[in-house]
Amino acid sequence: MTHEPPLPLRFWAPLGRLACDMERHTVTRTGEHVTTSTTAGRTPVLISDSYFERLRQDFPLLEQSVNGHPLVYLDSGATAQRPVTVLDAETDFLLTRNAAVHRGAHTLAAEATELFEDARATIAAFIGAQPDEVVWTSGATEALNLVAYAISNASLGRGGVATERFRLTAGDEIVVTEMEHHANLIPWQELAARTGATLRVIGLTDDGRLRLDQAEEIIGERTRLVCFTHVSNVLGTVNPVTHLARLAHEVGALVVLDACQSVPHMPVDVAALDVDFAAFSGHKMLGPNGIGVLFGRSELLNALPPFLTGGSMITTVTLESAEYLPAPQRFEAGTQQVSQAVALAEAVHYLNDVGVARVHEHEQHLTAHLLSRLAELPGIRLLGPASAEERSGLASFTVDGVHAHDVGQYLDDVGIAVRVGHHCAQPLHRRFGVTATTRISTYLYNTTAEIDFAIDRLATVREFFGADDDGANA
Amino acid sequence: MSDSVPRGIEPTGLQDLYRELILDHSKHPHGRGLHDGALAQSHQVNPTCGDEVTLQLQPGADGRIRKITWEGHGCSISQASASILASVVDDDSPEQLSERIESFRAMMHSRGQLAGDEDLLGDAIVFQGASRYVARVKCAMLPWVAAEAALSGIR
Repeated sequence: MTHEPPLPLRFWAPLGRLACDMERHTVTRTGEHVTTSTTAGRTPVLISDSYFERLRQDFPLLEQSVNGHPLVYLDSGATAQRPVTVLDAETDFLLTRNAAVHRGAHTLAAEATELFEDARATIAAFIGAQPDEVVWTSGATEALNLVAYAISNASLGRGGVATERFRLTAGDEIVVTEMEHHANLIPWQELAARTGATLRVIGLTDDGRLRLDQAEEIIGERTRLVCFTHVSNVLGTVNPVTHLARLAHEVGALVVLDACQSVPHMPVDVAALDVDFAAFSGHKMLGPNGIGVLFGRSELLNALPPFLTGGSMITTVTLESAEYLPAPQRFEAGTQQVSQAVALAEAVHYLNDVGVARVHEHEQHLTAHLLSRLAELPGIRLLGPASAEERSGLASFTVDGVHAHDVGQYLDDVGIAVRVGHHCAQPLHRRFGVTATTRISTYLYNTTAEIDFAIDRLATVREFFGADDDGANA
Repeated sequence: MSDSVPRGIEPTGLQDLYRELILDHSKHPHGRGLHDGALAQSHQVNPTCGDEVTLQLQPGADGRIRKITWEGHGCSISQASASILASVVDDDSPEQLSERIESFRAMMHSRGQLAGDEDLLGDAIVFQGASRYVARVKCAMLPWVAAEAALSGIR
């Protein structure tokens, strides 16, 4: 019999009185349920689906029917659903604490500022960073553009001597990979175009891993930036971050990591990974839209010139010029997404309560099941590594003779939500000779039963579209 | 025209979208091929899914459009729509073709409410069901938008 760790207490609290009036952790970590934290240090135990099935009650959205069938939500790689505690945290803040932060001396403003900064500390601790290394952004896209434009501004000479180290000119090289999401590709294309630097690309193996031999060739003395994803949003490939970071640092280049598909799903420690910058989005990790994070090493953030300028990021302003606050405020011009930051911190508390290592383990289990069941189906071509090792909880594939949009529609007809298209990674799809794929992506609330339901439906899609009429698989 | 439920599949709402005529056209498309000497040509892309169509108006007598030919790739809806458009246009005047396009657009934007004018649209009325699937309207529209853009080049 499997041993199941108890659920965090709040999972059992009646809906409606979850977030309000509770000092979290003092209330939630009492009594018999305190064993949640004590099991963490023991030998890993097999977590059965039933533990994660019970988590589903925290996500009322998952309870609905779509087209007369129970919703099977397999699109968390695009956006994750939010537990009630996260929704309540945001509402509670807006009902009781809402005020502009870092300005105003009234009580409410002070309380809002404190919660905003507490949230920053929570996120920082979650990824092994210091609070002043966490910059709030609207999402990962803005975070990556922030780095690109700050370097661009440095290249224009902004920031004087202190920013010389960031300046790019003709002859310098920016290295990306062929598996990047457009958000971690186009900002670097544009930066190269603005500065005269050259974009270099690390290619992929046929099974969807980075060509490390090529990485070693390409990353050299001209390299100034190495920008790559921790986990591919299409292939699921988990990249060897520390290896690439070492190659980059050996030649004095900076490392920018797209952590959108890793931070929500597995333990991530930016210090241990030895990256210089990392970006991720709140809505993919049980948090709100419109909030994301740029991690940057403190020393680097404090040396970079700002990107967006305006209120709340300055020390002294004259009609001619301005001086800027240290990071992170230097990069947080204008009104901040305060309620979203507070809610994102609540999402992190939720992930911590479940245990992000346990989330990862669950997804590994789901992925192994998903890959083996996909392999049973004729006419399915998987993109990315064939085994669950060094792979995240998603799988993209093509169906012989059926376009991805038609596959998605066929699954949606029985309530199965998946992503179809190029997933904002056109060059990656081109590399594998396809324009679109169907992607199943999982999270902590998914079960093997849901995977089975999706696979059983997929098993008839080629017949429905007549794709097996003339083929050997008929 | 044959428009029954595909065999061996339990009927669902999906049959309204994927009528057999649509599936037939997507598997065996009409009017494929690009030729020199076209009256006009347009290339359209659906950026959200990468579906593409390049469509040509082939010249007839007196400035008429003898037929439509096209090349492209994409989902069954966009492919069948291009195929059916090619099968409907037959020595049209530019005005006639324009009228067909307007009629098709009105049907596709009606969320299933407009049956479509069979005199103008012929087999293309089969897309009435697709008009209820808001996310698929642009798939069906893609070749018609290409025809409209090509047409605007000669008028």
